[in-house]
Amino acid sequence: MVYGVILFPSTYFALRAEKKSKEKGLSVRLIPVPRHLSSDCGVCLRIPWEEMEAIHSLLKEEKVKMEGIHLLE
Amino acid sequence: MIYLDNAATSWPKPPEVKEAMVRFMEEIGANPGRSGHLLSIEAARIIYETRETLSTLFNVKDPSRIVFTQNATESINLALKGLLRPGDHVITSSMEHNSVMRPLRDLEKKGVELSVVPCSPKGELDLRDIEKKIQSRTRMIVLNHASNVTGTLLPVREAGRMAREHDLLFLVDAAQTAGAYPIDMESDGIDLLAFTGHKSLYGPQGTGGLVIGERIHEKEMIPLKQGGTGSRSEFEEQPDFLPDRFESGTPNAVGIAGLLAGVRFVLKRGVEPIRRNESHLIEKLIEGFKDIPQITLYGPGEVKDRIATLSFNIEHLSPSEVASLLEEEFGILCRPGLHCAPSAHRTIGTFPKGTVRFSLSYFTSDGEVKQSIVAVRHLLHQKG
Repeated sequence: MVYGVILFPSTYFALRAEKKSKEKGLSVRLIPVPRHLSSDCGVCLRIPWEEMEAIHSLLKEEKVKMEGIHLLE
Repeated sequence: MIYLDNAATSWPKPPEVKEAMVRFMEEIGANPGRSGHLLSIEAARIIYETRETLSTLFNVKDPSRIVFTQNATESINLALKGLLRPGDHVITSSMEHNSVMRPLRDLEKKGVELSVVPCSPKGELDLRDIEKKIQSRTRMIVLNHASNVTGTLLPVREAGRMAREHDLLFLVDAAQTAGAYPIDMESDGIDLLAFTGHKSLYGPQGTGGLVIGERIHEKEMIPLKQGGTGSRSEFEEQPDFLPDRFESGTPNAVGIAGLLAGVRFVLKRGVEPIRRNESHLIEKLIEGFKDIPQITLYGPGEVKDRIATLSFNIEHLSPSEVASLLEEEFGILCRPGLHCAPSAHRTIGTFPKGTVRFSLSYFTSDGEVKQSIVAVRHLLHQKG
């Protein structure tokens, strides 16, 4: 499966994103931020790439601040 | 033993508070949101859940607007020092605790103008006296929700309305009411709500928070401290977004795990039923004391105007004598003296001697109230 990740400005938003996605039954997982994407500590949300659009619009609705979307190679 | 010092720290706690803290220590234990591993995420999840649960309790739309602190004192310091600048004018009441008075007196030395509005000898505030003090440079009104000395409730909702009408910020010190009396950020018109975890929210000591209302721009509020937040680690400047801007350093995660269990307990029982229960208890206590001529009771006689904290004095005895006799002879633990609120004691005419304070909680029983009344009567008999 092809995955992507969403990065967030803080853990608070990562946790909120996880909760709101899981409430909708979406298959997401918090993982450590891959080093090549950011030098930041903390977590990001891993998502099947095909669900990215749905999750992105859901999180926008839930006022989750996002910092970037990346395809995981 | 009868514990009547709940206004200082509530005890006992619901058993699930201790269980949540033990579970955190045994099964989670990691640093929340710093490292990205399983346990770090689980710790962060607990903190996130606590923010959401508190949002339900206080009707906060955006949980990121709740920042955790050690206690109400830290929250009040953050709000006052973060927002008030030299030249600003701030209005408060004479019933405030030193958690409000001391930072305000410090700010006064730095050029903030302060008006302290006198309250009645029962600790009641007439809002017209606040309104008279409002001037062009007034920035904020600061009030306690209920006095830690007399238990007097201040008219928070009306004050909130007045603050909005005059476009002022409104800071509420809810140390004595959060969990024991309904609080609604929206309908009470509160901009800043300082609460502590270790009183009527039944959490452990070292937990508390500040709710920062939507009318406040977080970038204008200066943090008390800067440091690691687990976010924006590549930058040496403090993040400007909530909640990280005000939450530097590793939080008291085990304490917050306990606080979450405490707030869930409060929500499960319901604030209104808790309030009714405590009102019933304090009514019994007041009834038991009010016909004794040697006892002076302070604060409102009507339970609707007060919380379950009662100050009194016994003729010819100092508060500390009363407290030590009650402990030695009857196993009653209470708090004598000034209760960190000299201004409140001046207002009710008990400075510098102070009062004896009995403060109840949801866990105080009818039997304990009865025994306490009997104990005080015995004391009078012995000393009279």
